[in-house]
Amino acid sequence: MLEHRSRVAILITPSVLFLVVLFLLPLGIMAVFSFRTGTFGPDRDIFTLDHYRSFFSNTAFLRLLWRSAVISFWVSIYTVILAYPLAHFLAFRAGDLRITLLTIIIVPAWVSYLLRVLSWKIILGSGGALASFLNWAGLVEGGTPLLLYSSNAVVITLVYVWIPFVALPIFAALERIDPSLLEAATDLGCSRVEAFLRVTLPLSLPGVVAGFLFVFIPTVGEYVTPALVGGPQGIMFGNIIWDQFLKALNWPLGSLMSLAMLLVVLIPLFIFSRFVRFSELAGL
Amino acid sequence: MRGRDWLGLGSLYYLLLAGFLYLPILLLLIFSFNDSESLRFPLDGFTLRWYETLLDAGELLDSAKNSLIVGLASSLAATVLGTMAAIAIMRFDFPGKGAFLAVSALPLVIPSVVIGVALLILFRQLIDLELSLWTVGLGHVVINIPVVMLIVAARLAGFPDNLEEAAMDLGTSYWAAQWRVTLPMSLPALISAFLTAFTTSFDEYAMSVFIIGTDATLPVYMYSQLRFPRRLPVIVALGAIIMISSIVIIILAERLRRVGQVPVTIEE
Repeated sequence: MLEHRSRVAILITPSVLFLVVLFLLPLGIMAVFSFRTGTFGPDRDIFTLDHYRSFFSNTAFLRLLWRSAVISFWVSIYTVILAYPLAHFLAFRAGDLRITLLTIIIVPAWVSYLLRVLSWKIILGSGGALASFLNWAGLVEGGTPLLLYSSNAVVITLVYVWIPFVALPIFAALERIDPSLLEAATDLGCSRVEAFLRVTLPLSLPGVVAGFLFVFIPTVGEYVTPALVGGPQGIMFGNIIWDQFLKALNWPLGSLMSLAMLLVVLIPLFIFSRFVRFSELAGL
Repeated sequence: MRGRDWLGLGSLYYLLLAGFLYLPILLLLIFSFNDSESLRFPLDGFTLRWYETLLDAGELLDSAKNSLIVGLASSLAATVLGTMAAIAIMRFDFPGKGAFLAVSALPLVIPSVVIGVALLILFRQLIDLELSLWTVGLGHVVINIPVVMLIVAARLAGFPDNLEEAAMDLGTSYWAAQWRVTLPMSLPALISAFLTAFTTSFDEYAMSVFIIGTDATLPVYMYSQLRFPRRLPVIVALGAIIMISSIVIIILAERLRRVGQVPVTIEE
């Protein structure tokens, strides 16, 4: 058994070290940092609750956090709604080709994230691809509505970005359903709709929840997409964290904001963690 | 139930959604050959000048080189560490396994901006390390360890450990058995994990921007160039090249991943 132990120790120690030193420790330091007065110099060594006071009394911060969560929530909902029929088709109707067809859907997900957001900036811009195309094709006369620089633009772009990632866990959950259950349901008199509502949908819920979280969590922290297509009305909480660290250089306040964001992310994760298999998050 | 139904609504929906997913990518490709600085319709004729400009854009090529170095090094490290951890969790029971699994999954689910700023504080305030490609590389290893672990663990679940036991019964040491039995059998997953990690690293912006020094990686450089509308077509041309190459890499990784893979269930 001693042999076992030393084998495990050798195999796991490097990863443990890495995760402790470069992941857990930084998060811990960040939490401590939120109590410091300033970022640099002597201020740094004075501890204070000032940032907590100003954060919780500044309704603008809290409103933005709430709005970011709401944007992420809707992005996740839309993405799941759009991806579900797709996953259903692949799992039950696509036959031998389903892996190929699934791969076709996943491939865009791995194409540079920045570029996919950029493509929507080009599409939604005022003189951009969509507007100029509609004008040129004669579908719209004169001015076209400005889609860029709004929270709608952020939602559209993020939904586009995340659909493939959500299709995966839902597909995996649907694939696990034993077809004989559906046959049994129809044999016992269920209509196809009923069989779907009472067998397929409940059994696929873990995949739906996994997909939802897989979008919701990173989207709450999103700042690149809002910065590129959101404009002033479309900014999210991630953008003000970015500001605190790279522009205003108020790292303690930024740390506090990051902690608040972490909370928003971890609460739903804890609530739903028993439904979710982490392996599905990586699309396995 | 699992019949084909090519004429149904399902396939129509599939085509629509696939079109939605590919259209923006196609659009970037089209504009990269368009002979105009403004990205709008109607198109202004075919040109290769944006691609030609790329060849003597020094900073851009430097950043591409940086990304390549960081990507290769960090993915290699993540693949080695993640594979070792995957063997430990799939083949052994040990105290703290549940805690390790929980912690190692967290980098997958914590927003990159939070990891980025936390690492920034660590590097600049706790240990006063100069920000560089090294710090970015370390960050990429952290976010890629869980990815590698999951991919390799899925493969390890696909074959029992009695092959390595057989090798050991025949007199090989444990580590030699890993090297000559387990690793070769997991090779497709190892390559797939490496390629996935590389693509992630090559594309990472949200975390990297906080912990990068004066040498930019490609996404960081590209983002900084977006402020200049006149440079947009060049970025788009570069983007077209990256897209095509990442599509090739990902299809390769995807094929390798599916070799003998079974869904992973980890006993805690």
